[in-house]
Amino acid sequence: MSQDFRLNNIGMVNRNKKISFIFNGKKYFGYEGDTIASALIANGVHLVGRSFKYHRPRGFFGVGVDEPYAILQLERNNERDPNIRATEQEIFEGLEVKSVNCWPSVNFDIGAINNFLKMFFPAGFYYKTFMWPPSFWYKIYEPFIRMAAGFGEASIKHDKERYEHKYEYCDLLITGSGPSGLASAYAAAKNGARVILAEDKPRYGGSLLTSDVNIGNQTGIEWSEKIITELKSMSNVIVKNRSQVFGYYDHNMLVMSERISDHLPKTQKYLPKQRLWYIRAKEVLISSGSIERPLVFGNNDTPGVMLSSAAKEYMKVYGVLVGKKPLIFTNNDSGYETAIEFKKNGVNPLILDTRKEPSSDIITEAKNLGIEIKFSYVVVAAKGYKKVKSADIAKISDNKKDLSNIENIECDCICVSGFWTPSIHLASQSGNKSEFNEKIDAFIPKKSKQKENTIGSANGKFTLEETINEAFDKGYEVSNKITENNNKVSIPTVVEKKSTQHDKFWCVPLPKGKSYKRFLDFQNDVAVTDIELALREGFRSIEHVKRYTTLGMATDQGKTSNLNGLQLVSDIENKVVPQVGHTTFRPPYTPVSIGAIVGREVGKHSKPTRKSPMHEWHEKNKAVFVDAGVWLRPRYYKQGNETLFEASKREAKNVRKNVGVCDVTTLGKIDVKGPDAAEFLNRVYTNAWLKLPVGKARYGVMLREDGIVMDDGTTTRISENHYHMTTTTAQAANVLSHLEYYLQLVWPELNVNVVSTTEQWAGAAIAGPNSRALLMKLFPNTDVSNEGLPFMGYKEADLFGIPSKIYRISFSGELAYEVNVESDYGNFMWEKIIEVGKEFQIQPYGTEALSTLRIEMGHVAGSELDGRTIPHDASLEGLVSKKKDFIGKRSLSRSAFTKPDREKIVGVVPLDKTTSIPEGSYIVKDPKAKLPNPKLGHVSASCWSVEYDNPFSLAIIKDGKNMIGQKLFAMSPLKNKTIPVEIVSSHYVDPEGKRVRG
Amino acid sequence: MLYIFCPHCGLRSQNEFAYGGDATVKRPELNKEISDQDWDNFVYLRKSPRGKHLELWHHISGCRQWIKVERDTSTHEIFKTYKADELTE
Repeated sequence: MSQDFRLNNIGMVNRNKKISFIFNGKKYFGYEGDTIASALIANGVHLVGRSFKYHRPRGFFGVGVDEPYAILQLERNNERDPNIRATEQEIFEGLEVKSVNCWPSVNFDIGAINNFLKMFFPAGFYYKTFMWPPSFWYKIYEPFIRMAAGFGEASIKHDKERYEHKYEYCDLLITGSGPSGLASAYAAAKNGARVILAEDKPRYGGSLLTSDVNIGNQTGIEWSEKIITELKSMSNVIVKNRSQVFGYYDHNMLVMSERISDHLPKTQKYLPKQRLWYIRAKEVLISSGSIERPLVFGNNDTPGVMLSSAAKEYMKVYGVLVGKKPLIFTNNDSGYETAIEFKKNGVNPLILDTRKEPSSDIITEAKNLGIEIKFSYVVVAAKGYKKVKSADIAKISDNKKDLSNIENIECDCICVSGFWTPSIHLASQSGNKSEFNEKIDAFIPKKSKQKENTIGSANGKFTLEETINEAFDKGYEVSNKITENNNKVSIPTVVEKKSTQHDKFWCVPLPKGKSYKRFLDFQNDVAVTDIELALREGFRSIEHVKRYTTLGMATDQGKTSNLNGLQLVSDIENKVVPQVGHTTFRPPYTPVSIGAIVGREVGKHSKPTRKSPMHEWHEKNKAVFVDAGVWLRPRYYKQGNETLFEASKREAKNVRKNVGVCDVTTLGKIDVKGPDAAEFLNRVYTNAWLKLPVGKARYGVMLREDGIVMDDGTTTRISENHYHMTTTTAQAANVLSHLEYYLQLVWPELNVNVVSTTEQWAGAAIAGPNSRALLMKLFPNTDVSNEGLPFMGYKEADLFGIPSKIYRISFSGELAYEVNVESDYGNFMWEKIIEVGKEFQIQPYGTEALSTLRIEMGHVAGSELDGRTIPHDASLEGLVSKKKDFIGKRSLSRSAFTKPDREKIVGVVPLDKTTSIPEGSYIVKDPKAKLPNPKLGHVSASCWSVEYDNPFSLAIIKDGKNMIGQKLFAMSPLKNKTIPVEIVSSHYVDPEGKRVRG
Repeated sequence: MLYIFCPHCGLRSQNEFAYGGDATVKRPELNKEISDQDWDNFVYLRKSPRGKHLELWHHISGCRQWIKVERDTSTHEIFKTYKADELTE
């Protein structure tokens, strides 16, 4: 298609580079530097979407972040990207976009029937409709709402693009590179401050790109180019375009989203798609400018109605005409600048000015150019469905209440200007309570809440001279607080056209007998009648009106609608706007992709992966791994076609029969040192520690202050003032914090230090009847006999030249040892154990066999110590000292913890000796009892006992100690199973503990 | 994200710290009789004031010291930070 609306001698796009792209299946051409919006408008395309509620045709309203409705879905590298503003997304070769919220197509949209059913879609229709009958919810109402809700469709495929995060620190962050941003950045940078200047558009300069002004004897564009070039060359300045500072958080932390590759056909090899910057700024200057306000009239949402500033920017920046028969509808001088630009490009506009007899330089200039102007005139309604074809215009009375001389005139676009709204979103996010400024009929920031200042038109300064002066001063003043360089640059002189007072009038009354929809919020389809209805129904607080009508919500955050909504509420309520107040602006200011927020913390990268030094050996020997917290542990070692069940049974059996070796590096290890270490352990653990001799280990249980078991493990006295504590894999970090808490805050008088040594030691548990024989071969120079190294003994030894530590402790219930060496020797140790162990039929075993072994021995682990059990429940009450005090002791005498029928751990065996009991099953007396069936407790862990070759489970049940021998039922509603069971002792194998001591 | 002054390390971002609750709670002394009520108050009951709050933070990814932070719970302003053994005002 030809670009019928492209101007030849104006604009900043690269005419030498033609780019093709596809919109709704059709190919179009534009130039490098075009946005989707400018390229489509150049091709005369204005219909790009359908509105949210009524599915009315939607075109372009703005030219950047102000755009409320040209939201498209983008396809790039076979990825779908919803929520793309056509006014921000630059085109690239091969770009594919399509409209959203329409079916089957944007031209013929079934949902548009809503437009004719609009009496059924009043404010709050979600709350009023879909209420009855209740049975309609799941099958009819909900699917309908789900289909109708939201813009676009997110891809369900994995996003292959890379997103990055970056942390940056600076003296001064400046948000926006318009005249105030440039001037303040320049003044601050010259004064030695470290400055970040962020611009959301591809081009720097803001309003200078489109305004007819002169700074220091240069045009606005020349001046901005000069300043940017100089800033870029300075080492203390970071200048970023396509970068939106979207959130202002606590303690001057701002977050900026940089679109690095969104405008390129393919992400470059070493570049991410987007980068999220976390910026901690000592000071912030908010120079985010202002957004033109719409005027409200009938059908003001018709494609072709747009902001006059947008029309001007399409001409000056993109060389594109939004129409060839423009109607300018304004209440201030800004509309004239657009009209003059049309005229300069050979198009004759008609200006309708709501004011009676305004006069200013710019109005005179328009008159001199021969532009037709009608004063005290308004647009009553736009005509045309998919594009403006004409407009009903009328003379308005001096009191702005009555319309007369209504006539229809032909036009193909209506450029509106209802004056300007400062973008105070960031200031509001920082906590700044804004104040209403009568002069500009808008809110401006009040007192700074954090270290932030707002400058330029965002602060209600609408003349360039004021803006430049304020920005240079602020840039110097703020930077000098930090650098104290006193280096002040001179302020250039500014030449601009003087404008006159705007009209406070903004909403055109309806002519008699007409019921045109007059829209306030274009994104959320909120019309004047919706606000009126909400107020009639009794909503008063502006925050309630917002939520009931959806005014100013969603991705738009009320950029164009907020003030008109407030004006309307205050008009109806006979209040002034400041009495109504405004709603809170929330981050993000513009939509941010989830990918950017997540960054590289995706999948396995969402947390660190910890591997033991023996990991490679496990991999080579067909280990199947399981996540244990952030550790990867072998679950079982697969031989041939073995299943998990077969392999773990084989491994566990081999431990009971011969000898097995298990990687226990992941256990938490904490060094406890100091003259008061014994006293400290005595307070931390429930059992007694003062008399533990050097060279001996002891099993201990620690509680939280509420009496619940926190962790268990063995601690060994290495020397007089040195203990080696082990914790469970999962609780290692918590236990260290817990110990530090008590040492630093509760008992600082104790002379003890703790430090994690988890990663310093590699550990191998050697378990089984052959383990001593194996140890004798591994440590020929050390006495590892039952007398030389008794149960719970500890020895330092020499493993083929490597210093190692042997702890005679057992989790499997077999004769067992744990050997530790420094991590770097872990693999050496492991390979030696396997090599020497061959003649004793050694096999490595994983966590599944480890569980089997501990379950049938009745040893408790995380599934029993689940944050709900006290020592008694886990049959650990024998370890609770009655003589001494310790953390959590007082809680154990609370009534619930001392009830006679308190839960206790038991063993559970199915009567048929074949049906495995699902973990989590309830234990009940009567499986047919009326629901909710009173449960006695739950099954915490299940295994296949290799000792007896039948299923065995542990359960924690009410009055457990008196239940042994009873026939009960295990019920699993999840697995739909009811299994008759017998309650037995939790110590299913070797209850006297002969093996570990043998 | 808060910017917390660690008295040992200097200004650090909140993501280096773990929150530790009310810093004014004092653990009852060991081996001392205490009523159920008083013990429950110590274990379970915490004030949740709007405004100034002296609270514990653990510099878990830094020096691993527990510190006390005087913070406004509604504005998040941090007035002062203290070492664990420092007397607070």
